[in-house]
Amino acid sequence: MPVAKVNGVETEFEPGMTVLQVAERAGQEIPRFCYHERLSIAGNCRMCLVEVKPGPPKPQASCALPAADGQEIFTDTPMVKKAREGVMEFLLINHPLDCPICDQGGECDLQDQSMGYGRDGSRYAENKRAVEEKHMGPTIKTFMTRCIQCTRCVRFITEVAGVPDIGMISRGEDAEITTYLEKSVASELSGNVNDLCPVGALTHRPWQYHYRPWELKKTETIDVMDALGSNIRADYRGSEVMRVLPRVNEGINEEWLSDKSRYVVDGLTARRLDRPWIRENGKLRAATWNEALDAVAAKLKAASADRIGVIAGDLQDAESMKATLDLFRALGSKNTDSRQDGAVLGYGPREGWLFNTGLEGIEKADAVLIVGVNPRVEAPLLNARLRKSWIKGGVEIAVIGEQADLTFDYAYLGAGSKTLAKLPKAATDLLNKAERPAIIVGSGALAGEGGAAVLNALGALAKKTGVVTDSWNGFNVLHHAAARVAGLDMGFVPAEGGLTVAEMLKPGALDVLFLLGADEVDPTGSNAFRVYLGSHGDRGAHGADVILPGAAYTEKSGIYVNTEGRVQLAERVVFPKGEAKEDWAIIRALSARVDQTLPYDTLEQLRAKLMGDHPTFGRIDYLPAPVSFDVASLGAKGDLGDTVFTSVVTDPYLSNPIARASATMAELSALRIAPVAMAAE
Amino acid sequence: MVGILEDKDRIFTNLYGFHDWGVEGAKQRGAWNATKDMLDLGRDWIINNVKASGLRGRGGAGFSTGLKWSFMPKEVKDRPHYLVINADESEPATCKDREIMRHDPHLLIEGALIASFAMQAHACYIYLRGEYVLERERMEAAVKQAYEAKLIGKDNVHGWDFDVYIHHGAGAYICGEETALLESLEGKKGQPRLKPPFPAGAGLYGCPTTVNNVESIAVVGTILRRGADWFASFGRPNNTGTKLMSLSGHVNTPCVVEEAMSIPLRQLIEDHGGGVRGGWSNLKAIIPGGASCPVITREQAETVLMDFDSMREMRSSLGTAGVTVMDQSTDIVKAIARISYFFKHESCGQCTPCREGTGWMWRVLERMAVGEADPSEIDLLLDVAGQVEGHTICALGDAAAWPVQGLIRHFRHEIEERIANYRSRRANFAGHAIAAE
Repeated sequence: MPVAKVNGVETEFEPGMTVLQVAERAGQEIPRFCYHERLSIAGNCRMCLVEVKPGPPKPQASCALPAADGQEIFTDTPMVKKAREGVMEFLLINHPLDCPICDQGGECDLQDQSMGYGRDGSRYAENKRAVEEKHMGPTIKTFMTRCIQCTRCVRFITEVAGVPDIGMISRGEDAEITTYLEKSVASELSGNVNDLCPVGALTHRPWQYHYRPWELKKTETIDVMDALGSNIRADYRGSEVMRVLPRVNEGINEEWLSDKSRYVVDGLTARRLDRPWIRENGKLRAATWNEALDAVAAKLKAASADRIGVIAGDLQDAESMKATLDLFRALGSKNTDSRQDGAVLGYGPREGWLFNTGLEGIEKADAVLIVGVNPRVEAPLLNARLRKSWIKGGVEIAVIGEQADLTFDYAYLGAGSKTLAKLPKAATDLLNKAERPAIIVGSGALAGEGGAAVLNALGALAKKTGVVTDSWNGFNVLHHAAARVAGLDMGFVPAEGGLTVAEMLKPGALDVLFLLGADEVDPTGSNAFRVYLGSHGDRGAHGADVILPGAAYTEKSGIYVNTEGRVQLAERVVFPKGEAKEDWAIIRALSARVDQTLPYDTLEQLRAKLMGDHPTFGRIDYLPAPVSFDVASLGAKGDLGDTVFTSVVTDPYLSNPIARASATMAELSALRIAPVAMAAE
Repeated sequence: MVGILEDKDRIFTNLYGFHDWGVEGAKQRGAWNATKDMLDLGRDWIINNVKASGLRGRGGAGFSTGLKWSFMPKEVKDRPHYLVINADESEPATCKDREIMRHDPHLLIEGALIASFAMQAHACYIYLRGEYVLERERMEAAVKQAYEAKLIGKDNVHGWDFDVYIHHGAGAYICGEETALLESLEGKKGQPRLKPPFPAGAGLYGCPTTVNNVESIAVVGTILRRGADWFASFGRPNNTGTKLMSLSGHVNTPCVVEEAMSIPLRQLIEDHGGGVRGGWSNLKAIIPGGASCPVITREQAETVLMDFDSMREMRSSLGTAGVTVMDQSTDIVKAIARISYFFKHESCGQCTPCREGTGWMWRVLERMAVGEADPSEIDLLLDVAGQVEGHTICALGDAAAWPVQGLIRHFRHEIEERIANYRSRRANFAGHAIAAE
């Protein structure tokens, strides 16, 4: 390996590294604003200047300079110090001194670095420049006077998000960052520019003036807004989650987060169920826990085992599902289902419902066939990865299903099962020729009557075209619900002869229908006694006979398994609202009242049982090793029929009870449906 | 005799447009003569001769043209090579390239063919300044003539397939910077690129590219025809050849003239400019090479030679040899303030020191021009200029800092006097009683 000297210390580095990276490797901090390791190099802030020998007798921008063998790098000479002070002074002369009212205050790169590398006073006596505020949509609040033109936002939106909506206009000191005619940024990843902004020019609009960063306590946890299980940090003040920020996880979300995962937090304080309710004479009345649990227990005991059933929702933690499953099995019920979308998954080997390449691994694929899913809507960060891979080159992508703008080019093969039944030669060639072909299939193709046949046909295709071989498993199921894989892993599907979701909801099918946070089905047709356990007063709670208030995902410690099969542990950030309790504890209390006391008294015991019964849950934070399996055995042979694959997530911003309670999500949804007309149009 | 260079040794024999600019006229003056023979001698012969002639880039930086050509990859691999000619002549006081394009366009086209052959480029882009409308029309007409005469194009008489494209810029000074020019040529916003990679490695559309000034290319044909020794016989060692020089400002006869390098500046002004307005003693200062070069004083102008090294000794620069003469009537502070405004206006805004520093310098200078400043601000201004110089992506930062540095170096006393005068007329400065106190 080549060696460079950093301040006299020899440092080995890999060829292709920049001087900045080498200096960091040697433990030297290099101040920077425009440089970001996941974006292209702009080299425009000039804060990272260092002295390099051999080289011209002037400081060099270390972020853009390739390191060379035998190079001498100096980061602490008078020349470097003066250069940094100079650049810092230039950045500050037109930067307003409004830190006391700036949302970035306290976590501002400019603030921090001016303390570390700036002068103590200002020598600038002229008037400061003022720049008009811009409108960039419901997620981005702008104070463009604070902008230091680092262009991180421009590069993120253009390169990662793939919507060239933000750009720099004018030149010299009149240069401004703006969107075209103040258009809203049409990206599901727009919130990341607020994170990237090193100053307070772009801040989170939904949280504007809500907090100062030093007031917040931080908890590292897992996001449940899609099935990727993005790693997040939830910051709270008192009993309220104030904001959600991404944590770095190279395997899942890198360091980005979708707008939905980020800005859904205001939904955690609205429309909450904070006490039990019982319906009496057609009206709900507030009840005590004892009354509510007794009422449910009485109905469960009175009904015969085959006349009770449970549907688990999309946001449930594994523990509450396990407790519920154990309870209903103990009661003798076979009617248990966690697949609200009706996808025919959950039988056969585990690989049959996992994203087997892994999210990071999909970048290795050189041909991808997307079937019945819009990744930009259902898993925005996976879409960003596909785009990354596409930009890098060497991957060809084809789509069967919705012909949407995915921010990358793809071959459009057709709309639905008819295309799959008679695949064009181009599609099979695409997979056949590829060394590491992959199929991504979503619920849009697997739900409904033909689902099993579609799954079977895809399995056969995968086998035939080498998508699954001994050394490569490119069969990927992309889920949209955070709870789904955990549910399938523990067998939260109808037992032999049990009823599916659709069957349970039919009139007269059941006497007692238990909805465990299930809000994506319409239960109004069922005339059963309905019990709803959940956090929000949403579809499931409407018309329920008993409401048991549960905890939202930030209010309980719970296990979630993402679409790759990676088990992750979410932490409790704040306590459940009002009288609400953690879901598993409610089920445990209920079990005692129906004389089927579950064999665990603490969450730890419950987890031990879960991991004992299903060992996959014990491998926390690990990506399952790629395993080859008999992909052709999936589903059932049948007529593919003629169905059009449409994504089950029709509106990503309104796809779960928390999102539906969020004002920000409502705003984003409205913008998605009808973009605000512009004056110039 | 007027000047040093004799008429027989002039390369641009139609500099003033007295003769036919077209292909026939050009051929009579020597252009397109024996071009095929030169190409037949091979690319090494061409590059070695250009190196031997000592030709240094005529766009201002003065980098050896032959050496620049030799940086291009020796073999064409997966990416084509390009020649780009920088005709974005926007430096205030520089007006030499336009004379070539208006009156001797075929010398440029011939030079482009030879240079492209030497670098194995089949295409050449000429990036013309936005304001040069007549020059573009003339160039397009000349290129058309050359195509029709089969001098260039596919299957031309020279046996090297070669296309010339004229690109008309939109009038930004920064697009004269070679990488900003390439960005603009690619259809993007004209902002300089980071170097490395240098254009010879990854230039236009990521392909190996050489960017040369119009004059550097236009002289190549004649150099090869008359021999490198002939060209090298003018001027001092390391500063050889003939050069177009433009004279403007307070001279009696402003002009563009081809002269031998290393001609004394005073002789240039006296012989070709008809002397300074009001006589040599009326001279105040000279900007020797376009607006970005630091001013020199009359004392310096007495002895300085018009070449790269002599100008550097005077801590200025030959630049493009666009000489601006200023007599005693000039308000030098105001003049530099105006130059500062130009650079503030033309800064692309990409990198911090130039974006913020040019405006700062201009504002302080505007105040100094009326005396409304503090004496300590002179050193502040010098410090700010130093903070801009050498800290930017491209050389525009340097170009903005140099005039300011030159002003303070030579005319600090004038700024101080101006401030003192301003204060003497006002009561509210230190040393003066203020009524309210």
